[in-house]
Amino acid sequence: MAKMLMKGNEAMALAAIKGGCDAFFGYPITPQNEIPEYLSFHMEENDRIFVQAESEVAAINMVYGAAGSGARVLTSSSSPGIALKQEGISYLAGSELPCVIINVMRGGPGLGGIQPSQADYNQITRGGGNGDYKLLTFAPENIQETVDIVKRSFSLADYYRNPVMIAVDGLLGQMMEPVDIDKPVEEKESGPKDWAADGFAKKRGHRNKIVSLHLDPQDLENHNLKLQKKYDEMRENEQHYELINMDDNPEIIFVAYGSMARIARSAIDTLKEEGIEVGMIRPIAISPFPQKAFENLPDSVHTLLTLEMSLGQMLQDVQIVNNGRYTLDFYGRTGGMVPGTEEIVDKVKAILKGGKQ
Amino acid sequence: MKTKTIYEPTEGLTERELTYCPGCTHGIIHKLTGEVLAEKGLIDEAIGVASVGCSVMSYEFFNCDMQQAAHGRAPAVATGIKRVREDHTVFTYQGDGDLASIGLAEIVHAAHRGENITVVFVNNAIYGMTGGQMAPTTLLGQKTTTSPTGRQKKAAGEPLRMSELLATIPGATYLERVSVHDPKHIRKAKKALEKAFDVQTKKQGFSMIEFISTCPVNWGINPNDSLKWAVDNLIPYYPLGVYKDATEGDHNEK
Repeated sequence: MAKMLMKGNEAMALAAIKGGCDAFFGYPITPQNEIPEYLSFHMEENDRIFVQAESEVAAINMVYGAAGSGARVLTSSSSPGIALKQEGISYLAGSELPCVIINVMRGGPGLGGIQPSQADYNQITRGGGNGDYKLLTFAPENIQETVDIVKRSFSLADYYRNPVMIAVDGLLGQMMEPVDIDKPVEEKESGPKDWAADGFAKKRGHRNKIVSLHLDPQDLENHNLKLQKKYDEMRENEQHYELINMDDNPEIIFVAYGSMARIARSAIDTLKEEGIEVGMIRPIAISPFPQKAFENLPDSVHTLLTLEMSLGQMLQDVQIVNNGRYTLDFYGRTGGMVPGTEEIVDKVKAILKGGKQ
Repeated sequence: MKTKTIYEPTEGLTERELTYCPGCTHGIIHKLTGEVLAEKGLIDEAIGVASVGCSVMSYEFFNCDMQQAAHGRAPAVATGIKRVREDHTVFTYQGDGDLASIGLAEIVHAAHRGENITVVFVNNAIYGMTGGQMAPTTLLGQKTTTSPTGRQKKAAGEPLRMSELLATIPGATYLERVSVHDPKHIRKAKKALEKAFDVQTKKQGFSMIEFISTCPVNWGINPNDSLKWAVDNLIPYYPLGVYKDATEGDHNEK
């Protein structure tokens, strides 16, 4: 189908409908408001459910209820709102319920600001709520990639019976790009939701319970070990990343995701014109972290330069994966400040001169 | 020999032994809820939401599909369920700490939206599960582990009356406060529950039955005297009766 020019937030909303989303529960917060606004109209039009909840807390608990009933459910929010949803996300993960959560990230901490940021990395990848659990989290860099992931994420959530988060920064939510909304995506197959508490106990022959309470510690440990097995499977299956400009003997490799990766692409092009080759590892999923991307890097590489719109959160994952092999460096801006290409170019030149900024 | 059944367990409850303290009236309220669901033929298609507090394990007791909610969030969870399963009976079972304190926003807004759900609200004026702390519903002067000299108005405000509060909300359809301290009131309470589930079946909107309940262990009074204490102290402050009945109006307007 022909491409349409769409705003990121609206494209994600439409992609959710195309991905089979049955119900949306959300609460207004900038910079994601176009998602509920779009869905408030188009969900009803498509015979689906839209509810504007009284709070993010209520919204995620409505998601929990609808997901427990077997529906494909979406919520969206932005950083402080995602913080409020953490209790519910922990319950969803603990009860093994599928859902999709879109996080259009803004600056923090606290009320922070409303400009683009990547400072929710730790909140997203380290749990955020209580307990030993993990999300499957994608961090795409353009609207087409975002749309494809949103469409596919409902089947992934169903397959793993786990919340899937799509984390984009405010830039991607607010910008417009041409997008093919009907581009086919590969859906992950999973069986019927015979675990759902959907009110068909008689037909099923037994009743279902959606519960995250396990008062016996041995039961709770066993439950956690079962969850860990699932996370191990995710780590094996969901290594999503792109390797860029690795063939021209780069000495430095960027590690960047989302809008930051777009800026880094421009820096790679600028530096190439000056005869400086830089490669990039672009994580497309940030949880699980794409550790396989760091295997078999070119022999020419001596430095991994992590770039973030935060003060170095993904950097910790790079440190773990690097395990002392390469020199690590970092450049980041935060609070809604988006680095320009020239800042990154300057940083690379400083590294090559042997100096640190 | 001919036998005549004079009493049998309801199909609305499972065979699990209840976990409530001796003398607590949760057992009676469970029984009534289970009976009403079974007698109305709703138990096979119902979805219940358990809350946090003494009734946290209610998902083991009601003989239907159940989902366990975070503290106070049961009305939001029930909203999510009902919106995607609108032809199924959806109910929450919540205590006063859960509903009137941490979950105040969720209950008010579920009523405000006119969610077509039924709330079974058990008010014993104290946090039972956590060991007897002051609740929003604790009476002035009532001693608890966090109001050891009795609840003081200046520090903790006056007890919150939820049925009265929700009656001010246009979206609420049926609200009644009942008690289970004697057989006569138990029969009346059952009728109230029947009405509340009828409201839902007829898609007339939000219904809540508030039960005046007891907590012998944390009140420090034996079960019999607890019933008397509830009659003498709770009911005067929380009068029984129908607080709202808007079942005659048009509930299907857009």
